[in-house]
Amino acid sequence: MDNLEKAKHEWTLKKRIYRARYSYIMLAPYFILFFLFTILPVLASIVLSFTYFNMLEAPQFIGWDNYVKLFLQDDIFLIALKNTLLFAVITGPISYLMCLLFAWIINEFKGKVRAFLTLIFYAPSICGQAYLVWSLILSSDRYGYLNGFLIRWGIIDEPILWFQTEAYVLPCLMIVQLWLSLGTGFLSFIAGLQTVDKSLYEAAAMDGVKNRWQELWYVTLPAMKPQLMFGAVMQITNSFAVSDVSIQLAGNPSVNYAGATIVTHLLDYGTYRFEMGYASAIATVLFLLMVVSNKLVQRLLRRVGE
Amino acid sequence: MNRYMAKEKLKKPRRKLFHRHKQLNRSTAGNTLIFTFMIICGCFMALPLVMIVNNALKPLDEIFQYPPKIFVRNPSLDNFTDLFVSMNDTWVPFSRYIANTIIITGGGTIGHVLIASLAAYPLAKHNFPGKKTLFSMVVLSLMFSWTVTQIPIYMIVSYLHINNTYWALILTAWQYGLGLYLMKQFMEQLPNSLMESARLDGASEFRVFWSIVMPNVKPAWLTLAIFQFQSMWGNTGATYLRSEQLKPMQYALLQIQGGGAARAGAAQAVTFVLAAVPVIFFLICQSNILETMTSSGMKD
Repeated sequence: MDNLEKAKHEWTLKKRIYRARYSYIMLAPYFILFFLFTILPVLASIVLSFTYFNMLEAPQFIGWDNYVKLFLQDDIFLIALKNTLLFAVITGPISYLMCLLFAWIINEFKGKVRAFLTLIFYAPSICGQAYLVWSLILSSDRYGYLNGFLIRWGIIDEPILWFQTEAYVLPCLMIVQLWLSLGTGFLSFIAGLQTVDKSLYEAAAMDGVKNRWQELWYVTLPAMKPQLMFGAVMQITNSFAVSDVSIQLAGNPSVNYAGATIVTHLLDYGTYRFEMGYASAIATVLFLLMVVSNKLVQRLLRRVGE
Repeated sequence: MNRYMAKEKLKKPRRKLFHRHKQLNRSTAGNTLIFTFMIICGCFMALPLVMIVNNALKPLDEIFQYPPKIFVRNPSLDNFTDLFVSMNDTWVPFSRYIANTIIITGGGTIGHVLIASLAAYPLAKHNFPGKKTLFSMVVLSLMFSWTVTQIPIYMIVSYLHINNTYWALILTAWQYGLGLYLMKQFMEQLPNSLMESARLDGASEFRVFWSIVMPNVKPAWLTLAIFQFQSMWGNTGATYLRSEQLKPMQYALLQIQGGGAARAGAAQAVTFVLAAVPVIFFLICQSNILETMTSSGMKD
């Protein structure tokens, strides 16, 4: 009897697979490459995180040592962890809301004006000149624009060393990060707003939706839930992986590691010290952090429009 | 049809800037507030573009000026002349670099958009064993730091003997997770009835994908093309390509840029070119996103 059930299940599974053969054919080109160049490397890295690997000798298996060292002996990692969580908790949600807000406003415009506005707001993500702009503004001498203004207004007498003073490093980096935040999520919202069925708005107006905020919450957002999910994942991967900004503006290592994040720490071990096993352990911890926060965020997003 | 549209335009010449598809009132005060807010933020956001254009037009003495100024005082095109001179004495003819860019950036972008969309369609609209697992693997893969996967990827590329070929760059780029995720999210929104009627007419799944699904998610794949183009454009191929004949234009330009103080002018022109190409691509894609959506009255 049990065998019969099992056989039945197997048969239907086979049948289901056979019936979906076209789906698999369509999936094949992408997923073959995906397994080769993403799944295998990720699994390899997770395995490497249990080894000592200096990229010259063959990796040596050392069990949980990397992880133990990470949490118990590596003080800098704990600073980096704290900073990364601060980025994730502060700039993450603000960036997300900014993407949504700006996409929503730009959606009100039409034609060339709209394309131009999108370009302007996406500019920090497309030009790669962010560091140059901000090192001009936050330059530590009195020629830096911010210092210049503050001195002229008599707020300070001496120029402030923005990226050499521990207390200022993180706030400055956060502002730059926010400025950079209209990226992938922003563009996908712009595209998502375009696909919202226009007749929904008319129907909602008849149903008594009164102002644009209600319209946003009850009509627009529920209609673009898939894009909201996508944007959230992008936001998580961005705000947990802050590194370039910190390295370019505050340096790596930064003053007293004030600008250290998990990824700058990872880059330190991966690209300067060539301790790939340890770097892989850092990457795995970061990965788990992102997975957990993704779960939380997805749960929150399900409540949109209720 | 045309005459009708012309009439519409005559009647409401003031409705160009905003499109009021909605019946709700927007107050003037609210609009003014939003405008002011947008202008202030826009000035900050536009800074990198403004700087790149101004720097490219600065003569040498202004480039080395300290403290640096954002705006150029005596604009000249000398930097571009310098750049063209430098482009003439590269290792291989510059046209070769351009051809390589077209193959790598173009092939990487078009191929990725195609196969990611092709895989996203069954994930969004079909039911089959293993669907959930495959999809969550893609989403989770986005969260793994690429720094540590570089070495395993390099080893796999070598193992497949595609090192030092175009394929090393193209195939690794075709499987980015972001594209599949984006396409799947947009396809999920399409009403099933759209595909069902095509199937009843005897269309194969590939046909449904190509002539029903793809036209209806045009904003999505144009957006994906922007992302993919940008990431391909930023990839100089230095990891996998050893032969100079295979390297893309971006690589050659960065070599010129790295020429030190003697080429400081050309370097600014390079920055301009490196930014201008993706910006042009961006504008083409963005304006197309808009056209499709206003011309087709899609969705039931």
